[in-house]
Amino acid sequence: MTTEAQLEAQFADTIEAKDRIEPRDWMPEAYRKTLIRQVAQHAHSEIIGMQPEGNWITRAPSLRRKAILLAKVQDEAGHGLYLYSAAETLGASRNELTEKLIAGKQKYSSIFNYPTLSYTDVGTIGWLVDGAAICNQVPLCRTSFGPYGRAMIRVCKEESFHQRQGYELLMTMMRGTDEQREMVQESVNRFWWPALMMFGPPDDDSPNTAQSMEWGIKTHTNDELRQKFVDMSIPQAEALGVTFPDENLKWNEERGHYDFSTPDWDEFWSVVKGNGPCNDQRIAHRKRAWDEGAWVREAALAFAEQSAEAAAPAQTGSAPGQTGSSPATTTEETAK
Amino acid sequence: MTNEPNAPKVHVEHDEAGTTVDHDSHESAYSGLLVNDAHWAFGTDFEDPLAGVDTTVPEGVDPAALAAYCLMLGDDALVFSQRISEWCSNAPDLEEDIALANISLDLLGQARLLLARAAAADPSLVPELPASSPVPDEDRLAYFRDDMAFRNVRLAEVPNGDFAEAVAKILIYSTWRLAIFERLTDSRDSVLAAIAAKGVKEMSYHRDFSARWVLTLARGTEESRARLLTALSGLWPLWAELFETHPTEAVVAAAGIGVDPAAVEDEAGVILDQVFAAAGIDRPDRGALAGVRGKKGRDGLHTEALSRMLAEMQVVARAHPEGQW
Amino acid sequence: MTDTTSANTPRARGEWPLYEVFVRGKRGLNHVHVGSLHAPDDQLALRHARDVYTRRNEGVSIWVVRSSDITASSPDEKDPMFAPSGDKVYRHPTFYDIPDDVPHM
Repeated sequence: MTTEAQLEAQFADTIEAKDRIEPRDWMPEAYRKTLIRQVAQHAHSEIIGMQPEGNWITRAPSLRRKAILLAKVQDEAGHGLYLYSAAETLGASRNELTEKLIAGKQKYSSIFNYPTLSYTDVGTIGWLVDGAAICNQVPLCRTSFGPYGRAMIRVCKEESFHQRQGYELLMTMMRGTDEQREMVQESVNRFWWPALMMFGPPDDDSPNTAQSMEWGIKTHTNDELRQKFVDMSIPQAEALGVTFPDENLKWNEERGHYDFSTPDWDEFWSVVKGNGPCNDQRIAHRKRAWDEGAWVREAALAFAEQSAEAAAPAQTGSAPGQTGSSPATTTEETAK
Repeated sequence: MTNEPNAPKVHVEHDEAGTTVDHDSHESAYSGLLVNDAHWAFGTDFEDPLAGVDTTVPEGVDPAALAAYCLMLGDDALVFSQRISEWCSNAPDLEEDIALANISLDLLGQARLLLARAAAADPSLVPELPASSPVPDEDRLAYFRDDMAFRNVRLAEVPNGDFAEAVAKILIYSTWRLAIFERLTDSRDSVLAAIAAKGVKEMSYHRDFSARWVLTLARGTEESRARLLTALSGLWPLWAELFETHPTEAVVAAAGIGVDPAAVEDEAGVILDQVFAAAGIDRPDRGALAGVRGKKGRDGLHTEALSRMLAEMQVVARAHPEGQW
Repeated sequence: MTDTTSANTPRARGEWPLYEVFVRGKRGLNHVHVGSLHAPDDQLALRHARDVYTRRNEGVSIWVVRSSDITASSPDEKDPMFAPSGDKVYRHPTFYDIPDDVPHM
């Protein structure tokens, strides 16, 4: 018989060797809980994050931009789906997590509690918000939990396109009219500080960081990533021709980094605690979609049960290529 | 997608893009991206929708009639795509959200091509903007025409209902349009034929997906069945209009470049009846929605919903007629 | 753990069952596991898989299979959690009724 101490030692060895933990492996309960919390929060962020940009799909000013934006928001649904699947391997179902989200028991990234007030925000969110998200997420491709890391690889691939499309939209607008250039600067002014806050509270205020780093769930501290993001963004802003709303932003030769002002952590905590401009709206939207979809999800289950009862070959669908009895269902040459 | 996912190079390339792109109005940052992945998003992998395509109008065809016809088909696709896109973040589950977005994107891609074809065939259709405006023709047609200049059938524009309404509407639209596009692949206009061939693949899937859902809802629960019947009943008055021959359609059908919708009514009806039979439901018993002195969607006479939809769709573009996007 | 089949997979809280998705990236390659999704039945699972996992033309062929229909070897002989029935689906513990006597679940 394997004792718990042996299991723990084995788990620690796997982490130490930077090998991956897979769903069937033994893991400390605290590791499982922390991971569920983190993956769920991440999945929720993708799904709630559909709303601020989705706000402009119907108003995107060119057919090409409309397609790009719709495809991007659709990707976010896909990312949420991958991440909920990863959480599922830890024993937390998507339904359960969604219920917790709409009950306000689990969080999502606070950035999405800020409103999108101009179409330009689509570009700014792509550049700064997705850019900050990538800083956070790229290290997670090497996170210690296998399914989470694999989901993140897929997410990061797609996310890098998102950041580029955002930056490219802003570049295009900067080549346009004076009014468009003003729109870009205005939008950047609104999103700069919230983007910096996406890395979470200062390290002193981030109680879970040490344990998460030890477990390989987290690989850099909040402040490290924030600094990296600032350093990375400034040359991008210069190339674009916009400024960030911080008079203390300047290169520090000694540190080899840019100095910047302290974000308004009071605002951060206020938004986290539910007082952001859009907290209620975002949750209400998600809750409405979920509640209004309940009858559809039930109907599909009921139909599937009837079909299963109606015995094997009696499938009613008219689609070509049905397999009826085989446990796996296949399609060759998918359309497109 | 051949890139190493972990490579942090994504951060760096923006600077490169920023310095190389300024002089190129065709957005080479984006093209660079396409080298790695030509299909990162449907409908976004080209700048000029008809780049490299010979848009010469075939002999014996009135370019104005061809353009008017493309406008009809393009407006159908654009307006319906816009309606379906309203579902984004509102679907019953993530899988359905993604599926509806795909359908919307397919239709949007068709709309771009069709509107670009209309503009190429008859430039006089394209709304005039200030001389310095960089807005491309297909966007001028989409964003700078008023509702009465839109030629879509009214089915495409009616406001969304519940999910049953969505799948019922997609089934009706795709059954009708697929029957037309299958014939349109033989159009004497090679551009239209190519657009139709692309559309046939896409809409075969739309029809399949929506038929599956109609079946599911019809036989799922009492509530889903009731909702589906309500939705079908609400949509049915718009069915007849789909098969009415507008004079423009008669002209292009005679010239061998278009399809007379009346010619596909039986075929589309049979397919729909098959789905209804499998679902155990009857065709709704509703009369056709009247026009105004006989004028309907194809004549630019719409429901009240269209001008409101366009007001929303066009608001940013119209505020910046000289804007670059 | 209960023995589940595709017809009576437990549907906790009315949730659509989970499917695993395998995509053949191009001709000549194996189908590879790309992820999972929920669907009420096989046919919709296939359609969902097309929409979710081949949005960028990643595949020429898709397989979907109920997660509960997968039989797996035990990847780790020392794994005590599923020792009594180590040949059942491994990837999604939600599909298991975890025995009460297993610690730390």
